[in-house]
Amino acid sequence: MALSSKTKAVLLGPLNKNNPVIVQVLGICSALAVTSKLEPSIVMAIAVTIVVAFANVIISLLRKSIPNRIRIIVQLVVAAALVTIVSEVLAAFAYDVNKQLSVFVGLIVTNCILMGRLEAFALGNGPWPSFLDGIGNGLGYGAILIVVGFFRELLGSGTLLGYPVIPQGLYDAGYENNGLMMLAPMAILLVACIIWVHRSKNKELQEETN
Amino acid sequence: MDAISLIVRSIFVDNMIFAYFLGMCSFLAVSKNVKTALGLGIAVTFVLVLTLPVNYLLENYVLKAGALQWLGEEYADVDLSVFSLLIFIAIIASITQLVEMVIERFSPALYNSLGIFLPLIAVNCAILGGSLFMQQRDFANVGMATSYAFGSGIGWMLAIVGMAAIREKLEYSNVPKPLKGLGITFIVTALMAIGFMSFSGIDI
Repeated sequence: MALSSKTKAVLLGPLNKNNPVIVQVLGICSALAVTSKLEPSIVMAIAVTIVVAFANVIISLLRKSIPNRIRIIVQLVVAAALVTIVSEVLAAFAYDVNKQLSVFVGLIVTNCILMGRLEAFALGNGPWPSFLDGIGNGLGYGAILIVVGFFRELLGSGTLLGYPVIPQGLYDAGYENNGLMMLAPMAILLVACIIWVHRSKNKELQEETN
Repeated sequence: MDAISLIVRSIFVDNMIFAYFLGMCSFLAVSKNVKTALGLGIAVTFVLVLTLPVNYLLENYVLKAGALQWLGEEYADVDLSVFSLLIFIAIIASITQLVEMVIERFSPALYNSLGIFLPLIAVNCAILGGSLFMQQRDFANVGMATSYAFGSGIGWMLAIVGMAAIREKLEYSNVPKPLKGLGITFIVTALMAIGFMSFSGIDI
């Protein structure tokens, strides 16, 4: 399927120049808390993508009939219903991961990416672009999560998706897993490094003041 | 005594921002100067203390498995916990709306300093997070739940005010260009979080 340049921008923009986590600063909470292993990061990324995409579609369909004053409550209810479905599905089919993610699946409701996209995009656009926007932003969020999760699991426990990848010989030679990487603050430092690299590549995103 | 140790624990050891990263979005966006940070911190504490006991009562008398027993024996195995997320968020959104209207009506001065933050707070993860942690931890009574809310709110306020103070000073330092703004804020947060981790060994 050939995509017009506008749909392409909507879908792919959030992956780079308009990334929800490192440029729009949305959805940081969950990005940091669930990334100590790669697997929960991937599951979380998928969950958020699904919820954002479908919430975008629903709000976009309803956008002409929602009174302006109560739109936040309507958005929250739609989001909460979708998140409840996702969290029940997770509890049924991926119980271990669901345990690891604990309250953070529920917290997708107040994930700022969700509210931000609903407010900024779905309220002013048709269902199909909104759907693409949701997918794009979910993927942009997921990309950061997966990068952070990859490094934290690799350096922190020497495994990827639970399989050991650091050869035994290296441990015998005196290599140790860096336990510090498993601690929460390291996630923030990693995101800071991603921002650093990203902004040295995209000079127009650099800020003037501290 | 239990309540006090719970408050101290939730301020320092289980700090909402540094241990769980809840409410990071507003933490990063509204920490540019100490005065607004303090305003938002007070508003968050206020809303947490109001919503958490309400959600606690709902959780224990309506939503939890077997919670409807007070209606009669035949309701003993009703489990409504699937709806907890919907109910919690609806309660939080409506209480913030209500508080906003009440403050606007009775204290315009307070409204001017707090009012702008209240709509923001409905979607602050710290508030919903508080309710979800309450559900997970199974507090003994409403008093404990309220102390937990109070402690978490104060902890959140402490963090955002500290952050704002540091950012005010950062203004005069020479930060590498790509790290300016967001990047350096993240690094400072990480360092503060490592600092706060030194509390984690304390057993109260």
